[in-house]
Amino acid sequence: MALTNERIQEKLVEKFGDQLTGWDTQFGMLSFIAPKESNLKILQHLWDDEELGFKFLTDICAVHYPEKEGAEIAVVYHLHNLSDNVRLRFKVFAPVAAPDVYTATSIYASANWMERETYDFYGVNFVGHPDLRRILNVDEMDYFPLRKEFPLEDQTRVDKDDEMFGRGGSYN
Amino acid sequence: MSDIIYTGRPVRFNNKVKAAEAPPGVEGEGFFATKLSDVVGLGRKNSLWPLPFATSCCGIEFMATMASHYDLARFGSERVGFSPRQCDLLMVMGTIAKKMGPVLRQVYLQMAEPRWVISVGACACSGGIFDTYSVLQGIDQIIPVDVYVPGCPPRPEAIIDGFMKIQDLVGNESVRRRNSDKYKALLTEYGIQ
Amino acid sequence: MTDQALSNHIKLPEGNLHKQTTTMNLGPTHPATHGVFQNILELDGETIVNSEQTVGYIHRAFEKLAERRPLYQITPLTDRLNYCSSPINNMGWHLTCEKLLGLTIPKRVDYLRVIIMELARISDHLICNSIVGVDTGAFTGFLYVMQYRELIYEIYEEVCGSRLTTNIGRIGGFERNFNDIAFQKLEKFLKEFPGVWQEFENLFNRNRIFMERTQGGGPISAEKALNYGMTGPNLRASGVDYDVRVATPYCSYEDFDFEIPVGTTGDNYDRFMVRNGEIWQSLRIIEQAYQKVQEFKGAAADVFHADAPAYYLPEKKDVYTKMEALIYHFKIIMGETEIPKGEVYQAVEGGNGELGFYLISDGGRTPYRLHFRRPCFIYYQAYAEITKGSMLSDAIVTLSSLNLIAGEMDA
Repeated sequence: MALTNERIQEKLVEKFGDQLTGWDTQFGMLSFIAPKESNLKILQHLWDDEELGFKFLTDICAVHYPEKEGAEIAVVYHLHNLSDNVRLRFKVFAPVAAPDVYTATSIYASANWMERETYDFYGVNFVGHPDLRRILNVDEMDYFPLRKEFPLEDQTRVDKDDEMFGRGGSYN
Repeated sequence: MSDIIYTGRPVRFNNKVKAAEAPPGVEGEGFFATKLSDVVGLGRKNSLWPLPFATSCCGIEFMATMASHYDLARFGSERVGFSPRQCDLLMVMGTIAKKMGPVLRQVYLQMAEPRWVISVGACACSGGIFDTYSVLQGIDQIIPVDVYVPGCPPRPEAIIDGFMKIQDLVGNESVRRRNSDKYKALLTEYGIQ
Repeated sequence: MTDQALSNHIKLPEGNLHKQTTTMNLGPTHPATHGVFQNILELDGETIVNSEQTVGYIHRAFEKLAERRPLYQITPLTDRLNYCSSPINNMGWHLTCEKLLGLTIPKRVDYLRVIIMELARISDHLICNSIVGVDTGAFTGFLYVMQYRELIYEIYEEVCGSRLTTNIGRIGGFERNFNDIAFQKLEKFLKEFPGVWQEFENLFNRNRIFMERTQGGGPISAEKALNYGMTGPNLRASGVDYDVRVATPYCSYEDFDFEIPVGTTGDNYDRFMVRNGEIWQSLRIIEQAYQKVQEFKGAAADVFHADAPAYYLPEKKDVYTKMEALIYHFKIIMGETEIPKGEVYQAVEGGNGELGFYLISDGGRTPYRLHFRRPCFIYYQAYAEITKGSMLSDAIVTLSSLNLIAGEMDA
C-alpha cells in the first residue's frame, strides 16, 4: 500500500498529538508546523518508523516573517521518502531574539552545510552544530543579510545611481 | 642549404603561413633599424601568456575560445599558465565576489611587469546583473584594467576582439612606460607599490 | 599507501621527532579547481589526512536578488546557477512558476522542452567527462568534443538567441517556435554526435592508463551518499537509481522510454561511466522527442506556448489591435499580474542532481522567498570524507569527476 499524505498525518498525530499544527497540502505536498523543541524527535521518528521511512533530507532553509511577533524566523525542512516517493515539508518557528533550533547533523550528514548557510543568511543558531560559522559570505560580516530589514545593494557603492533604478532619492 | 638542415617531411598543407608584419624602419644590406619599442612590442604581442582567472560563466566561454572552433592559440597564447609569476596577461572572467577580491589582488601583485589585465564579462567590468552586497562592482576597484570586454557572457569573437585590443596596446607600448611617473601614480592610486 | 607501507619507509625512533603533516592550500585559483572553491589539505607526504572546504568565493546573493524581481525576471538568474546546462535551470524555474500559477502546458511545448533539457544535459556531461580526461592528462578528448558543444550552442541560438546563459523559454512555453534551421541543426547533431561520442569512449573507456587512474579513486558507498544528500550521477554511480525524471515525472517525461545507468562503487570511474551512459540515454530521449514533435501537423505544429494570456506576453499584432491584449501586455511588463499565494517546491533533474526551487509567494509582484536547493553545494560537503586517505593526484581527479560548478555551489 503506498504511503499517502493522510496516512502520514495520521501516524504523526498518533505520535505527537496536537503539538503539530498548520496541516496543509499545497500542490500535493503535505506540510505542518512543529514546535522548535521537538524538531529532532520528529526527524528521528520520520526516519525510524517502518512505514514513514523519510530517510533523505532534501533541503533546510529559513524564511523571515517580520510581522509574526515572537516567531519571525521559520526553519523549513524538506524530506523525501525515496522508496515510496513521497515528499514532506515541516516548519519550526523561532523568535528573532533567540533563534535557537536543534541541529539535524546527528541524523543527516547533509544538514551540516545547509544549516551553516541558514545561519549565514538568517542568524539561526543551530544548537549542537559541530562547526557553525559563515559559509557563503565573508567571515567579517556582522549582520545576517537575508533578513528583510537589510537592503540588497551594497550601500557604499558609488558607481551606480539608485535613482536610475527607480529606488532611493525621489522614489523613497 | 635549407634541405640539408630540414630532415622532416615537407610541409604540404599548411603553406599559407602568415608572417608578422615588420614594423616601419630603415632597411639596408644586412641591417634593419627601427624603434626598440616596436620590435619588443611585436615580439611581446604575438607571444602573450595569459592567466585565465575564470570564475564563472565567462570561464566556459573562455573554454570555448580556447577550443578548436575559436582558437585563441593562433594569437600566440598557446600556453595558458596558472602561475602568475610566469604570465603576462591576467584575464579576469566572471563575477568577482568581495570574498574573492583579496585573492585577485594577490594574484595581480604576484605578476611581474609588464603585465596587462583584461576584464571579460559584465560582472568583472562593473558587477554585471549582480548589484548586491556580496559582489564587487567591477574589478577596477582593486586592480588597474587595460581592456574591458562587455557581454554576459561575451561571445568568443568578442573575447578575441578584446585580446586583439590588448595586442594593440602591447605593440604600441613604450619600453619606458612601466618606470614612468604616470604609471607609478596609477599604481599608487590602487595602493600598489 | 597503507600505514604499514609508510612506516616501513620512514623509520623514526620512538619518542623522537613527531612526523609532521604539511598544510597545503588548493586555493580558489587553481587549474584543478574548475570554479572557485578552496580546499585546505593536510598532507602526509602525498596522502591526504584531512581537508577543509571553503566556498562562497562567488556568492552572488541570488536568493536575496530574487526577492526584488518579478517572476519572469528571475529566469536570467537561474541561468547562472549551473551555467554549463543553463536551459535545465530555466525550465525548472518555469515549471515552478507554472505549478504556482496553475498553468497547463500543451504536449508539443513539453516535448520541445525535453529536447532542450536533454541537449543541456549532454553538454554538461560532455564538459565534465572531457575535463576529467584533461585532469588525467588527456587533453585531446576535450578538443574533440567541444566542437559538438558549439553545435548545441548553435541550436540554442536559433531558439533564444544566446549561447551559454540562455534565458530560454518563457513562463508558459517558448518565446518563438522552433524554425526549420533549428530542426536541421538538431538532425545534424543527432546524426553526427553518436559517432563522435563513440570515438571519445574508445579513447577513454577501456584505456588502461585512464582506468588505473580513475578506478578506486574517491569511492563513496550508497548509504553515505544518501546521508550526504547526494543526487544525480554521483549518487547513481554508488548504485542508487534515483532520478527525478522517473520518480516525479515533470514535463511529460513519462512518455519517454529510457534507462537509468547505475554504477557500483561510486568511484571516479563509475561516475565517468554513468555520465557516459546518461549521454547515450539523453540521445535516445531526444530522438524520441523529435519524432513526437514531428507528429504534430498543421495548426498543432504552431503551438509553442500555453494559452495563458495573463502570464504569457500576447502577440504584438494583438497588442496593437485588441484591448484585452493591450491590458495583459501592460500588466505583465509592469509586473502587476496577480500571482496567487502559495508555497511550491519543484524539483528537476539537473546535470548534477536534484535541483529544487522552493518558492513562497505572498501575492505580491515578487516572490516572498525563493530558495534554490543546489545539488553541488550539498554534495561538496562529502568531499572531505571521500578523499580522506587518498593521494593528492587522485583527489584532484575526484574533484573534477564530481562536476562541481561554482555558480551552483554558491548561488
